[in-house]
Amino acid sequence: MTVTAAPTAVETPAAVVTPAKAGTGSKVMAWLILLAGIAYFLTPLIATGERAFRAIGGTFSFEAFRRVVSDPEFLRTFGESAINAVLTIFVSLLVIVPTAYWVTLRVPKLRSVIEFITLLPFVIPAVVLVFGLIRMYSRPPLAILSTYGSTRVMLICAYAALSFPYMYRSVDNGLRAINVRTLTEAAQSLGAKWPTIIRRVIFPNLRVALLSGALLTFAIVIGELTIALYMGQHTFGPYMSNLVRNFVAEPAALTVLSFAMTWAAMGIISYLARRQPSSKPKKAV
Amino acid sequence: MAFLTLQHVRKQFGANAAVEDFNLDVEAGEFVSFLGPSGCGKTTTLRMIAGFEKPSSGRISLNGRDITNARPNERDVGMVFQQYALFPNMTVGQNVGFGLKLRKAPRTEIKSRVSELLELIHMPDKGDNYPHELSGGQQQRVALARALAISPQVLLLDEPLSALDAKIRDELRNEIRRIQRQLNITTIYVTHDQEEAMALSDRVVVMSRGAMEQVGPPFQIYNYPETQFVASFVGKLNQLPGKVLDPAAGTVQCGDVAIRTTTPIEEQAGAAVNVMVRPEELDLGAGEENQVSGVVESVNFLGAIVRVRLDRAHSNGAGESITADLFNERLLELPSVGDTVTVSFPAHACWVLTAR
Amino acid sequence: MTSISEVGGNRPPPRSWNWVGIVPFLVFSTAFLLGPAAILLVRSFQANEGGWTLLNYQQLTDPQVLEAYGLSVRISLVTAIIGGVFGFLMAWAVIYGGLPRPFRSLLTTFSGVASNFAGVPLAAAFIFTLGRIGLITALFGFFGVELYQSGFSLYNFWGLSVVYMFFQFPLMVLTITPALEGLKKEWKEASENLGATSWQYWRHVALPVLLPSILGTIILLFGNAFGAHATAYALTGGTLRLATILIGAQISGDVLQNQGLGYAVAMGMVVIMGVSIGIYTILQRRAERWLG
Repeated sequence: MTVTAAPTAVETPAAVVTPAKAGTGSKVMAWLILLAGIAYFLTPLIATGERAFRAIGGTFSFEAFRRVVSDPEFLRTFGESAINAVLTIFVSLLVIVPTAYWVTLRVPKLRSVIEFITLLPFVIPAVVLVFGLIRMYSRPPLAILSTYGSTRVMLICAYAALSFPYMYRSVDNGLRAINVRTLTEAAQSLGAKWPTIIRRVIFPNLRVALLSGALLTFAIVIGELTIALYMGQHTFGPYMSNLVRNFVAEPAALTVLSFAMTWAAMGIISYLARRQPSSKPKKAV
Repeated sequence: MAFLTLQHVRKQFGANAAVEDFNLDVEAGEFVSFLGPSGCGKTTTLRMIAGFEKPSSGRISLNGRDITNARPNERDVGMVFQQYALFPNMTVGQNVGFGLKLRKAPRTEIKSRVSELLELIHMPDKGDNYPHELSGGQQQRVALARALAISPQVLLLDEPLSALDAKIRDELRNEIRRIQRQLNITTIYVTHDQEEAMALSDRVVVMSRGAMEQVGPPFQIYNYPETQFVASFVGKLNQLPGKVLDPAAGTVQCGDVAIRTTTPIEEQAGAAVNVMVRPEELDLGAGEENQVSGVVESVNFLGAIVRVRLDRAHSNGAGESITADLFNERLLELPSVGDTVTVSFPAHACWVLTAR
Repeated sequence: MTSISEVGGNRPPPRSWNWVGIVPFLVFSTAFLLGPAAILLVRSFQANEGGWTLLNYQQLTDPQVLEAYGLSVRISLVTAIIGGVFGFLMAWAVIYGGLPRPFRSLLTTFSGVASNFAGVPLAAAFIFTLGRIGLITALFGFFGVELYQSGFSLYNFWGLSVVYMFFQFPLMVLTITPALEGLKKEWKEASENLGATSWQYWRHVALPVLLPSILGTIILLFGNAFGAHATAYALTGGTLRLATILIGAQISGDVLQNQGLGYAVAMGMVVIMGVSIGIYTILQRRAERWLG
């Protein structure tokens, strides 16, 4: 699995740089590069779209989509993956948010340790991770992988671990942007107690960061193949893979759907990133 | 023909006229400052001379050559930026020598020129250091050396001292003037700090909202300001509202007191005007012709200067306050807050401007 | 040390107990990240019969293993360098190339999407494009060029490389954009003022300043491709024996005839990834010093 949400995908955009005017020579080269890039990126999408919308007779049609969506396996696996994704987000938030908050406020010295751990998923690729997970939990006393259900729980936890880099960075950026230490101290000096602080000061200002992290995690989990495959889970990833390799039904329509979903998720994240609050809370607390 | 001339130079950004009808003749070797608040167009004008902005209309010529549309890398001007802009990947020596390297000068020539300039800025042993190893003041000196290395015809400085601490600013200010005099290089200096402008320049161009307000030597700008803006922007200023009594005699009624000025009054009798007088022209006591009294509102002991502020509200609308800057003396008796006190000034110390 | 009052509002506990709050995180990480990695590490030093050995690592020279690593290294290198160069050019084009403004945010958004498009959908999309009955294959055929006859195949090294570019370019774009935007406008102006042309500015100032970032990101791209599994699997089903595919096969059954060797291969991969990320981090710090 090559999950590659880049480091800057969820950061607050800096002030836009206005560069000096480009000369004509540069402009020509820039256009050529851009067109080459567009050609490379759009061609597979067009090819897929062409196939997806093509009917037997060669005319435009939604037939392929209809067939895909009416396949009971599609709905079942997609549903299972979607639920996995939601649970993953839940678990990830539960572990990351308090940890990030704690590190920022109480044990800043442990920050580099925590950051290192959250970067481990980059160092331990999915295929190696699932290898280790299976070996670790298939023999007693840790024989957790005996049933489909318990394996599913393991899957969700593995996904949560894989989401750490993005979730932690997102939340950490969010906490930094709102200058959480100062906000907390200000709230305390005004007499607020902990539950109030978390509810009225921290959470509203973290909403954008949390949503970004959640969407990213959703995109990662929904089509994940490697871990699901080797854990024998019947989720959306293996389903798609099967279809593509056996050319059963119409994988093109499936691909279009998948791409559309990813784009939607990323689009929402971009939109949210632009509305990231600064150290001023929007609502009066 | 002056060395550097700007004729009817205008710069328009959309609907906004950043610079309106700028005209200036600069002599060779002259040090001219553009002084004004932010947004007045001084930096834009400088950048047009450097070639980073193109004038919407008008002409700029340097040493007889029309450079209005020349590219910035073809102009033979040297620029020093507010944020130093030293190339971080090069040493001090490489930064300073960069212009010569681009001109394909031989290695030996570059080397000797670089050490010559490092001597000039009093940093002869820093040639192998990198910019991030230097302080702000040192970086700015290197930036200056870099601009001078190519022996430009004009030196342009864009608020070079704004990013520095006060103490370094003073030192560097004198350095810049010393170097400029030594090389006798024509210099344009942009700043919003009037003390800087007046201390360094042969002439000052005061600008406001894109327009030139006044051009002249510092003494003239300060003592004979031609517009309300120049008078209040440069130095401190007292303004006493009043009505003209007799233009020929030069008298104005300010509240309960009649003020006389020797500067000719152009307005008619009865016109609403402001009488302007600098705080340092006021003396304590009734020694001079024009006498104004008030209740002491504050006494600020600033060391060499004692700043006394009088509240004139009781003098039926003759202005709210007047400030006097007195020289400190060891035997000086400071008035107390709440005392009623008189200050006075001679007739030649004040002048009159139409009230707006 | 800190002025923040405790949960519950009682007197603050002694300083050394603060780390307790991190425990859930540490437990979770150990269970699902450190633990599995540790198991692999430990077992890689164990012989099949029991006891400790370095034999598994010595057997990394097994031709099967070497071929897999070699293939992975080659494809990672190729896609990292080409992806890095072209990604840089694209980022440059939209920021400094004088293109219309909307293209910049479009490229950023698109890169965010494309860099996550890996796996099955990506493989599928390219099958429809360059597979045996793909759109472009058909297009070539229309002009009389039989792609698959002349030796091209989507399912070999170069085919997979082309597919990998789809997420390598965007990753480069996203990572190098902040660095490109960090180039101070005054540097260009100062260099122009001293007589430099645009090209001279890039050659003497901008590219040297950007070099740590570019190199670091190329190494990041290398690691990214090296650890990729899903895309290759979806595309070739395991016929192209990359290191990741090899490990996957090892999970399903002992294809190496030596369990221990499998663990060694996995650890070897972790080392390579770790070194890549490490070098990337170091170079990034260096870059920040100049551009920050």
